[in-house]
Amino acid sequence: MSKIHITTTVNGDPAEFLASPGMTLLDALRDELGLTGAKEGCGSGDCGACSVMLDGRLVCSCLVLAPEVEGCRVETIEGMAQGGQLHPLQQKFLEHAALQCGFCTPGLLVAAKALLDAHPDPTEVEARYWLAGNLCRCTGYDKIIRAVMDAAADLRQERTA
Amino acid sequence: MPELAYLAPSSPEEAARALASAGSRPLSGGTDLLVQLRAGRVKPDVIVDLKKIAGAVGVREENGGFVIGAATSGAVLGEHAGLVRAWPGIVEGANLIGSTQVQGRASLGGNLCNGSPAADGVPALIAARATCVIVGPNGRREVPVESIVTGPGKTSLVQGEFVLEFRLPARPARASDAYLRLIPRTEMDIAVAGVGVNLVLDAGGVVTHAHVAIGAVAPTALLVASAGAALVGGKLDDARLAAMEAAVRAACKPISDKRGTAEYRTKIAGVLSRRAALIAYDRAGA
Repeated sequence: MSKIHITTTVNGDPAEFLASPGMTLLDALRDELGLTGAKEGCGSGDCGACSVMLDGRLVCSCLVLAPEVEGCRVETIEGMAQGGQLHPLQQKFLEHAALQCGFCTPGLLVAAKALLDAHPDPTEVEARYWLAGNLCRCTGYDKIIRAVMDAAADLRQERTA
Repeated sequence: MPELAYLAPSSPEEAARALASAGSRPLSGGTDLLVQLRAGRVKPDVIVDLKKIAGAVGVREENGGFVIGAATSGAVLGEHAGLVRAWPGIVEGANLIGSTQVQGRASLGGNLCNGSPAADGVPALIAARATCVIVGPNGRREVPVESIVTGPGKTSLVQGEFVLEFRLPARPARASDAYLRLIPRTEMDIAVAGVGVNLVLDAGGVVTHAHVAIGAVAPTALLVASAGAALVGGKLDDARLAAMEAAVRAACKPISDKRGTAEYRTKIAGVLSRRAALIAYDRAGA
C-alpha cells in the first residue's frame, strides 16, 4: 500500500510520519508517533476518549484521517504538563479523585482545557454541555465537573494575580 | 480490495475530476464518512477531501447575503457574529449536531449530503430559501437546498458533483429564523422531529414572508409552503398559528420507529412549528 508522508506539528514540535490513506489521526498518534495518551473507546466519535486539538479545535482523532493533518498543529494530552509540572486541571483531577479506571481521563482533560481556554468562567451547566461528548463510565461525572470548576477558579485567580 | 487513495484538491474543478470515478467519496468534516468507512458501509477507492478548496471553508458576505462554505465546521459558524445575528436558526440547527468535538469538524454540506431525514442542519437552510452551488463535470449549477436530498442516504447529485457552498439571500430589517427539534434527552441525540421557521415582518409587526421546513417526519426534509402561507398577512395570532400547525401536520409523512411513533412525530412537528415561529417572530421584532 502506498503511504503518504505527513509533516505536522505535535505539541509544538515538528513531527513527520508515514500514513496509509485510510489511517486515522488516532492510529497515527498511537502507532506511528508512540503517543498513546489518546485512547480508542468507540472509534465512532461518540465517547471522546481520543480527543485532541487540531489547529486549535477540539476534535475526536478517530474521526480525522491522518493525511488531513498535513501542515496542521496537533496538541495531545502528552503536551499538557509543562516541564514535569502538572497542568492545574490535571492536579485538580487528582485532588478531586475525578477518575477511576482512567481510560476517559486524557480525553476529558484535553476537552476541559479547550473549554477553559475558550471560556475561563463557565457555569456548571456550560461545562457539562461542553463535556457531553466525553463519556465516563466510572465517576458519574460529578467529581469531574467539580475538578473542572475548581481548576477554572484557580486559573482565573492566576490570571489576575 | 482496491487500494484506497486520499486526494486534497485545491480547486473545485480538480475536485470534480477526482470525484468522477464511481468509487470516489467526498470528505468534508468526516464525522459521518469515517464512521461509515469503519463500519464497512462504504468502501471507496478514493477519498476526496474538500476542505483545501478555496471557498469550501469559511463564511463570507456577498451582495448583502452570506455565503457559507459547505465544509465549514459548526464551531466556525457559531463563532461568526454576523451570521448568528442574521440567521440564528441556521446556526442553532448546525450547532445541535453532535458534541463539542463533532462541532469542530461537522459541516452543513456533509450534514445535507449524508441524506439523513433527521439532519438538524437542513430544515433551517430550506426555510431560509438557501441555495447550493454545485460543482461538477459540467460546470456549476445553483439549486434550492431542498432539491438535493431525494430519500434517506440518496441525493440528486450526479457522479463528480459536490456542494461547494450555500448562498443565503440578503436579509431585510425585522427578519429572523429559528430551529427547534425534539429529542428525548438534553444533548446529543437524533431528532424525533425538527422544524425551521423563517420570518420577515413589516414595521408594524405584520408577517410579510414566512417559510416553514420540517425534518425527521418524512423521507427528506420538506418545505411546507402552505404552512408559511398561513402565517403571512398578520401578526402571529392564534388562528394563524393554528392554521400553520395544521398545515405542518398535514405535510408529515413519518415512520414509526424506536424514536417515536408516526402519530407522536406528527403531533410534535406541529408543536415545534408553533414554538419556532414564536421564537423567530420575537427575534425579528427585537
